[in-house]
Amino acid sequence: MGNIDKKKVVIIDYKLGNLFSVKQACDTVGMNAIISSDKTDVLNADALILPGVGAFLEAMTNLKQLGLAEAIIEKVNNNTPLFGVCLGLQLLFSESEEFGAGKGLDLISGVIKKFPDNLENRKIMVPHIAWNTIYKFEQNWSEVPLIDLKNDDFMYFIHSYYVKPSDNECILTKTNYDGIEFCSAVTKNNIFATQFHPEKSAAKGISIYKNWAIINNLL
Amino acid sequence: MKTIRIIPRLDIKGPNLVKGIHLEGLRVLGKPSDFAKYYYEQGADELMFMDVVASLYERNSLHDIISETAKKIFIPITVGGGLRSISDIKEVLRVGADKVCLNTAAIKNPQLIRDASRMFGSSTIVVAIEAIKESEGKYLAYTDNGREYTGIDVFEWAQKVDELGAGEIVITSVDREGTGQGFDIDLITKIRSLVSIPVIAHGGAGKSQDIVNLLKQESADAIMVSSLFHYHFIKENESKASTLEGNVEFLKQKRNFHTFEPSSINDSKKLLIENNIKVRF
Repeated sequence: MGNIDKKKVVIIDYKLGNLFSVKQACDTVGMNAIISSDKTDVLNADALILPGVGAFLEAMTNLKQLGLAEAIIEKVNNNTPLFGVCLGLQLLFSESEEFGAGKGLDLISGVIKKFPDNLENRKIMVPHIAWNTIYKFEQNWSEVPLIDLKNDDFMYFIHSYYVKPSDNECILTKTNYDGIEFCSAVTKNNIFATQFHPEKSAAKGISIYKNWAIINNLL
Repeated sequence: MKTIRIIPRLDIKGPNLVKGIHLEGLRVLGKPSDFAKYYYEQGADELMFMDVVASLYERNSLHDIISETAKKIFIPITVGGGLRSISDIKEVLRVGADKVCLNTAAIKNPQLIRDASRMFGSSTIVVAIEAIKESEGKYLAYTDNGREYTGIDVFEWAQKVDELGAGEIVITSVDREGTGQGFDIDLITKIRSLVSIPVIAHGGAGKSQDIVNLLKQESADAIMVSSLFHYHFIKENESKASTLEGNVEFLKQKRNFHTFEPSSINDSKKLLIENNIKVRF
């Protein structure tokens, strides 16, 4: 079967960071994914992936300049599935507490906070760069891409900021970094997003891409 | 308690995986992709590729190794060696690296750390510090795999690297590197007490117990190991050991092995768990 029949997934390129591994993960599970910064591609996509490494402010600036911010909001409101990864999760939220960073896409209500550099007189190393466990919170995982995972499975994290949703209902997983508990995955309607990097989390991480594709009929 | 990362380090020369002692006297061990695949399957938490010769004309073979690896291996890959500019960094990220490791260029031009971390995010920029002990409590930073003297104090430099916005530090004890005599715990503990970013300890692991001894004191956020795992791989896969550059006899004699008790990543992690050190398993 050729790619013609397959639904088109667009990995949104806003000119920050490395999209190679996200594309590899999509290819590995059999999605028809392209990397694009073109607003028209985004508007014509059957599903979107919003990856990201780097600074929130720079990311939002680039998304706006490329006309992608509006396009993403329009697509999500029209029920197109969106998968956010790392900074791509943070960008979905209302605003960042990072100095001068301002507003996000505001598709999910909440703020982005930085890890403290100490807690109870203990030094906290920032960024949080580690394999860490994810555990269930409000929602169960039976109908989301985490379906093949167990409570306390390890995922790969690399970030200095984390999200604090206004509404607990969207929280899929939590993670504890050296005494600080934070939200590590969310879902809301057609949005699914992780703070960790499934494409860097070995076979279990790749199962998340596979199940996201299956749930959204992208294969 | 935090989860500690175990990072196999693959020193690359041209198309080959090599290993030296004190970062020198390189021997060819085999094909990097064989080792990378094995470590991935064994539960490595990340991989580090270091181009130890880093001459410009050989750069393409490094790029090939990275992109081939990144297609099949879904854990973070850091690439270092000879990266001198923003465009060098961009190029290795484009072929599949997740993070880059700077040393020589960062010492020559510290501003590169700031520019690169602004452009690619702090978490993409790792700075390697090669330390040689001068006298008790005094260490100097070297570049070019421990060959070039800089006169820069290691502890001052580590603090500066942190201030400039790097995401992680790899601290190598050149004195211990390749010797299997254990980590320089004093050096690593002091570095970690001075900075606020994760510290990766490198140089000296000869047996799994050396890793336990370091981590018992919460002296590092990750450890980087080469010989210990490489020699285990060679023992397990003799047929895959190099036949490329005439070091077969050396490998057969296993001359380097006597100070080592080679271990798989899996077995090292088991020992860490027995000692209440948290790792991904």
